[in-house]
Amino acid sequence: MTTTASAPIETRSDSESLAGAHDIASTEASLRRFLHGLPGVDQVGAEARAATLATRSIKTTSKAMAIDLAISMIDLTTLEGQDTPGKVRALCAKAMRPDPSDPTVPSVAAICVYPDMVAVAKESLGTSGVRVASVATAFPSGRAAMDVKLADVGAAVRDGADEIDMVIDRGAFLSGRYKEVFDEIVAVKAACGAAHLKVILETGELVTYDNVRRASWLAMLAGGDFIKTSTGKVAPAATLPVTLVMLEAVRDFRDATGRQVGVKPAGGIRTSKDAIKYLVLVNETVGEDWLDPDWFRFGASSLLNDLLMQRYKMATGRYAGPDYFTLD
Amino acid sequence: MATTFDYAPAPESRAILDLKPSYGLFIGGEFIDPLDGGHFKTVSPATEEVLAEVAEAGAQDVDRAVVAARRAYDKVWSKLPARERGKYLYRIARILQERARELAVLESLDNGKPIRESRDVDIPLVAAYFFYYAGWADKLDHAGFGLDPKPLGVAGQVIPWNFPLLMLAWKIAPALATGNTVVLKPAETTPLTALLFAEICQQADLPPGVVNIITGAGDTGRALVEHGDVNKVAFTGSTEVGKMIARSTAGTDKKVTLELGGKAANIVFEDAPVDQAVEGIVNGIFFNQGHVCCAGSRLLVQESAYDQVLDGLKRRLSTLRLGDPLDKNTDIGAINSAEQLARIRELAGVGESEGAARWSMQCELPDKGFWFPPTIFTGVTQAHRIAREEIFGPVLSVLTFRTPQEAVEKANNTPYGLSAGVWTEKGSRILWMAGRLRAGVVWANTFPRFGPASPSRT
Repeated sequence: MTTTASAPIETRSDSESLAGAHDIASTEASLRRFLHGLPGVDQVGAEARAATLATRSIKTTSKAMAIDLAISMIDLTTLEGQDTPGKVRALCAKAMRPDPSDPTVPSVAAICVYPDMVAVAKESLGTSGVRVASVATAFPSGRAAMDVKLADVGAAVRDGADEIDMVIDRGAFLSGRYKEVFDEIVAVKAACGAAHLKVILETGELVTYDNVRRASWLAMLAGGDFIKTSTGKVAPAATLPVTLVMLEAVRDFRDATGRQVGVKPAGGIRTSKDAIKYLVLVNETVGEDWLDPDWFRFGASSLLNDLLMQRYKMATGRYAGPDYFTLD
Repeated sequence: MATTFDYAPAPESRAILDLKPSYGLFIGGEFIDPLDGGHFKTVSPATEEVLAEVAEAGAQDVDRAVVAARRAYDKVWSKLPARERGKYLYRIARILQERARELAVLESLDNGKPIRESRDVDIPLVAAYFFYYAGWADKLDHAGFGLDPKPLGVAGQVIPWNFPLLMLAWKIAPALATGNTVVLKPAETTPLTALLFAEICQQADLPPGVVNIITGAGDTGRALVEHGDVNKVAFTGSTEVGKMIARSTAGTDKKVTLELGGKAANIVFEDAPVDQAVEGIVNGIFFNQGHVCCAGSRLLVQESAYDQVLDGLKRRLSTLRLGDPLDKNTDIGAINSAEQLARIRELAGVGESEGAARWSMQCELPDKGFWFPPTIFTGVTQAHRIAREEIFGPVLSVLTFRTPQEAVEKANNTPYGLSAGVWTEKGSRILWMAGRLRAGVVWANTFPRFGPASPSRT
């Protein structure tokens, strides 16, 4: 859809589209021309659209369905300096069975930890189907030498990470060194091997929606499997309009190349109400092809308990206090 | 294993309403029976359910209303200090806010517009306009009319059915703020929120006769406009009726304000922010089922962006939700009346017979009520009737252009001139276009936006 005169990616198969991508990224100038040829984003209009969708009223059966879907899309996250193997094991237990007293609650999509906790998480989760995601590339700032970043990724993959959440070099992006960012993503993707690559744009530092759209395309062209809003360490983290712009980007990218890319808003999504707004946004922007944990994730920690509380309320008609839900 | 996300019905409750089976005329601060008129029924256009019976004001009733307004003007309203007039308007504005949900439900029920729009647009704007004009009441010396401007006297006001309460606010709030009294006739298909507003005037202890609401159809309106003791006529509605009013008031001392039809051009350049332009096209023509005077009913797209914009537009239209106006997730409500539906169908038929290609949103239409699916005509030329005549429904005519000059030429090639829209990321082009488009309002990268502090009109 969004292909412009300077965007000759019309091919449909994966290998061919990648060839197209590498043509676009063959020089700094051609990459810049492509990214700056993308249609602009009008800030007022994008925010108004997101605000309108946020007024959707999701009730009864739709709400029950949305709550379970949201639970199944969570990357249950702990990214603290004080994380311990014990804490990670506890989180894994919760990921597999979010409510110990109710086996009908689906498990979450993945656990998201620092690389040094990957082995612990992998062992705890076993064959449950819950995946292990690890942040890497000098998360959250991305300020390290290239070989250090790749070693970071390599360690996480070696320990069994199924998914790598890398951060882009925002300094390079903001100063217009797009090729550098592109090459870095390509290198990280290669280091990932079979692991899926999520590319964190840190939209709170990119500031404008035009930048968000360009960074989204850059990450997709370089081979990212997912584009992710934020590290959660920078405010603002995920917002509805930013996610809207990223969803439009993955929609247009699939139209142009045939390859589907996932989206993960992360940080600041704490309530069921928020989560449902994101699901509405997905539903009405890219449709049901993305309403699946393989294509849409929430990076969150406290969201899960709120979803469980709402689920319990819907089942019983009563709210249970926070004491009735496990801390992690 | 992608999931289908259907939205369960989420209807706004009607329990908040206290609808009476029958309403009289609001004259001199009271609801009274008509002297020489009959009664007629108002229905919900979504279901054809009869909502209430309202009085039809005959010539004698119109006279009684004008007499009441004159008496209130002479004895009370013109003698009141300006800040006291402002206090009444502030009080009405606050009550409008307090009873916003009730008003929104009633507006959607009687008009057929989605509750999302009446709740988030119409009613908040109604209150905002009353607050805005309340503030002007004691500052008229600074309003640009010179020192110590004088009221005109009695205003006869006739409003349309597309934004019933909002049109009432645009008419009544400034008239009262500037010291006039009013007789207002709401449209015959949407009288109920005006009658609820009459109750709000009682609740606010507004002096009797300052606001009079008389219900009825064209004859009632004509009697009001032609009444000899009316000093000011304000009308919003069709160009045809507007011309009749212009003729009948010619040669009298009456001041006249007419706000008539439109066939606005929404102009999209190849460098537009495409996703937001698509939203703007949708809001421009499908907001309020296209029942908007300044609707962007002609889409002018630069040829080089045509496929992209049309594909995006069709994809977006397929996500619109048409149905029960009281459902909080409805985007497209009912057409206001059988008569209007017949006109939309007729002009859509003309479009097809003229050779334009018709594309309608695929959706089930309810069995009862008046419904028309959002529709796009492509391959439209300037010579087609659907490019020239106001359809006043959810029907978009798509034309193309190659250069900015051609866009201006085509946009201006219409007897109408209420509004226009320009979509481009190039600021200088916006200014260049705005200077050449013959339209009262030119929106840049948005469509349509209203607010009391802007001069825009529906």
